[in-house]
Amino acid sequence: MQRDNRSFKFDWPTIILFLILVVFGWLNILSASATGETNSYFDMSQPYGKQSVFILFTVVLIVLVLSIEAKFYERFASIIYLVSMLSLVGLFLFGKNVNGATSWYGIGGMTLQPSEFAKAATALAVAKYISDLQTNIKDFRDQLKTALIVFVPAFLILLQNDAGSTLVYSSFFFVFYREGIPKVYLVIGLILILLAISALKFLVIPTAAVALILVFTHHFFIKKKRKSIINPILISLFCIGFSFSVKLFYDHILQPHQQDRISLWLRLEKDPKKIEQMRKTFAYNLNESEKAISSGGVTGKGFMEGTRTTGKFVPEQHTDYIFSTVGEEWGFLGSAMVVIVFVLLIIRILHLSELQKNQFSRIYGYGVASILFFHFLINIGMVMGLIPTVGIPLPFFSYGGSGLWGFTILLFIFVKLDSNRINEW
Amino acid sequence: MRKLLLFALVVIVGIVFLARLFYLQVYSNTSYNIYDDNAIRKVFHYPKRGYIYDRNGTLLVANQPSYDVMIIPKEVEPLDTLEFCSLLKIDKDQFIKSYKRARRYSPRLASPFLRHLSKEDYAYLSEKMRKFKGFYIQKRSLRDYQTTIGANVLGYIAEANQREINADGYYKMGDLLGKQGIEKSYEKQLRGIKGVKFIQKDRFNRDIGPYKEGTLDTIPIAGKDITVTIDSKLQAYGEYLMQNKIGGIVAIEPSSGEILSLVSAPSYNPNLLVGRERSRNYIKLRNDSIHLPLIDKGLLRMHEPGSPFKALVALAALQEGAIDNNTSIRCNHGYTYGRNNRRMGCHCGGGRRNLNTGISESCNAYFANAYRKTIDKYENATTGMDAWSKHIKSFGLGNYLGYDLSIGKKGNIPDGTYYDKRYPDFRWGATTTLSNSIGQGEILVTPIQLANMTAAIANRGHYYTPHIIKTIEGDTIPSKFKNKHTTTIDKRHFEPVIKGLHDVYNKGTAKFLKIPDIEICGKTGTAENFLTINGERKQYTDHSIFVAFAPKDNPKIAIAVLVENGYYGARFAGRIASLMIEQYLKGTITRTDLERWVLDHTLEHEYVKPYSDGPLKINAESKMMRVEEYLKLQEQKQQAINQNP
Repeated sequence: MQRDNRSFKFDWPTIILFLILVVFGWLNILSASATGETNSYFDMSQPYGKQSVFILFTVVLIVLVLSIEAKFYERFASIIYLVSMLSLVGLFLFGKNVNGATSWYGIGGMTLQPSEFAKAATALAVAKYISDLQTNIKDFRDQLKTALIVFVPAFLILLQNDAGSTLVYSSFFFVFYREGIPKVYLVIGLILILLAISALKFLVIPTAAVALILVFTHHFFIKKKRKSIINPILISLFCIGFSFSVKLFYDHILQPHQQDRISLWLRLEKDPKKIEQMRKTFAYNLNESEKAISSGGVTGKGFMEGTRTTGKFVPEQHTDYIFSTVGEEWGFLGSAMVVIVFVLLIIRILHLSELQKNQFSRIYGYGVASILFFHFLINIGMVMGLIPTVGIPLPFFSYGGSGLWGFTILLFIFVKLDSNRINEW
Repeated sequence: MRKLLLFALVVIVGIVFLARLFYLQVYSNTSYNIYDDNAIRKVFHYPKRGYIYDRNGTLLVANQPSYDVMIIPKEVEPLDTLEFCSLLKIDKDQFIKSYKRARRYSPRLASPFLRHLSKEDYAYLSEKMRKFKGFYIQKRSLRDYQTTIGANVLGYIAEANQREINADGYYKMGDLLGKQGIEKSYEKQLRGIKGVKFIQKDRFNRDIGPYKEGTLDTIPIAGKDITVTIDSKLQAYGEYLMQNKIGGIVAIEPSSGEILSLVSAPSYNPNLLVGRERSRNYIKLRNDSIHLPLIDKGLLRMHEPGSPFKALVALAALQEGAIDNNTSIRCNHGYTYGRNNRRMGCHCGGGRRNLNTGISESCNAYFANAYRKTIDKYENATTGMDAWSKHIKSFGLGNYLGYDLSIGKKGNIPDGTYYDKRYPDFRWGATTTLSNSIGQGEILVTPIQLANMTAAIANRGHYYTPHIIKTIEGDTIPSKFKNKHTTTIDKRHFEPVIKGLHDVYNKGTAKFLKIPDIEICGKTGTAENFLTINGERKQYTDHSIFVAFAPKDNPKIAIAVLVENGYYGARFAGRIASLMIEQYLKGTITRTDLERWVLDHTLEHEYVKPYSDGPLKINAESKMMRVEEYLKLQEQKQQAINQNP
């Protein structure tokens, strides 16, 4: 069995879905960045030309990733993680500031964003640590250590002023949950999110009051022999404290543009003049991207025919807002296809992960699925105005070399691990 | 269960996204219309609107350029209002008002901000316009009338209103279209097709090049020139004669149905409804409730036709065999009928009357008899009335004629059913409706119907639908104007009637109106005139009506004249009809005595009677008034008002 034709061991559905996204993504980048006269698809002065080169180099990366022995990734996970962390730390010394974030290394004429690669490294490290025989995820200390693996890159990236990429690391929660952290974390997490939203939307006092009532009703109606009044009081105090700190955090720690995004999303602003002002300034992108998508209708205006895309009405359209090009030019049919392809890809990875006999491979696969899901959720949700603006790319789709390579490596390590499934016992 | 959390989330998020996409792209998306896309600038080029010529090739209507300042409110950026206002010569209030109006109409679509700049202002402004984002200058072409006549026929163009824009996607806010007259009837031919350029904009509102390489752009197609059937000299002469009077003249060429002139008095200078003063002038015209200059009297005034209708009564009676050429009756200054010896009066002077003298002297009794015999020939009144009505309607009365102007009235020719409804017990007969025999009672016609009826008599039994269009450049006129409509009367019955109409001029009621060397056939008419004002029905001076055609054989012109409150038919209408015929056939006027009389006399004093107090004197009791007398009187009144305000 081990002598089978090697190529057939790779999971082709995953690879085909990947190819669809990359090729379709490139077509949309071409449309969004074309300037009227297209001389060459490899014109290095234009984003679509650069992306062509990035895609070509991706092929090299894929071959490289697939040709390395599967066991290498497990064995060297810690080292890869360390190197990746060092590359993040190095940014503080040699980093290049682009758009207010110090996330890039400048090498010659090119820039490289190490945080895009850190996701794969972190996923490897998490998989390695949890799958270690000595680790017991139900043990609180091990939970802390696992969390630390995730917090280090998240923290380093936050220091570089790239809040969007930091948020991505929260997706590892899904991995932890799958691997057995107590359900109470999920409950607490959900409650905290609800509390935070409610504190901002309905103010702190009503939120705290409702929380108090809920906690105490629960306490009095539950049938338990020894009721302690201490617990509910502590929980209530925590809820109140949390609500207040959310408000304080929003008012004093968040930067103004972040406040505005949340304020727009939760519709905190009531003054129509200020809303109009918002629409013209920071919500301009969102506004234009919604309009572009909406104007596409059922079948879209056709490839390279989008009037808003051609007119460059949506700023940053070839990067974070690439999905609006799909919406305008390919319409509901095209954008629904992209959504479905992403859903299929993520489900495929989840499915494959569950099939893994090796725990490392399974956890890593889960990490990949979680990261892709998070990007998919935040990016498309943002472009369609469902989620506050967070600047993260759409995997395989958005313009950018580091992003494309980072995601490709992330995915193909899993493809490689999966291809080795048959050897694992 | 733990395995399912992420899996379920992925599926849920996928469904939510699809729903959102569906909402954005399918549910709330109306079909894409490039004209609503603010990423595409639309630049319109208006073609030349077709010129209008009269039947002799005289240019009546040309064009003049006009410049509108257009605004797209959404694209307006903060500007130096003071400078802008002084450039446009408007004040700040007007600026704010215009801006708000445009915004109310649509923030995204262009609408006119200030209309009709002068050429000098345009030259100066066009250079500075670049500075003011969201404003641009749109060139259009306005009408330039080369004449002061025929406002009612030519009509006018004006800005399309919202209803018209909704009805026809071709028109955008600020576009001009024909609203009345020829301009309306031949709008599609005259306007041509405007050209449009689609220009791709970027988000800073800069043009970045033609949209789709200009493949959707169109070039303007010039409107077609048209020639109308109006003889502008005759039209002008008619308007000249009708001064100080209210009424209408319709002249038709019987052999073709072409309308030679369509005078509505009083008229107005068509140039009043062009340019910046347009709306002010329009309101002034609309508010003149006595003269109603915007109402086309030739097409819209419905009256009893009076005696000219007797010619048709005679023809119907001849066709039905109720009378023959030799039938004669005795007129005792009236006609006595019915069980109670009811009487219809007659002014013909009495004596024995036959068909010829019946017509020429306009004997009521003769036609009452002819009418009664026609109806009574049938076993019941309903069928008799239907047969009679059919003959009358075959002359184009009682329904829309189908001419190419958009306004008109049906008039009324009653039939059997009409009276059955009116007298539900069926107790009616020829005598009940005897007024119809002399063109009164339930008969209602418009001047153009009268003229058409006269043309049908002149043609000895057929007519062509009257029309105003003669030729369209590179196109044909509607074929319905070439169709011959034949009346139900045999040709042979026309000659004796026409002989009678000829004798109206030779020895009858119009003998003093004879024009040397022209054989005119005509008929006077006097229509009683009742007005109900504040619930009180009163009789005012009769309307003067006259129909005529000439020459007797091979007729060139058929005419109907209505002069409101002109008293008997020959007094005003007869004179005017004779003069019009002479003007058209000879080109000069020999009966200058008639002309002078018509011009010297005014009827303005009659028109204010319904609105003034004091004893009401009408018809013969009412004094004739000369123009100079009337003006003096007005002056005295004005002085009196000035002295005792």
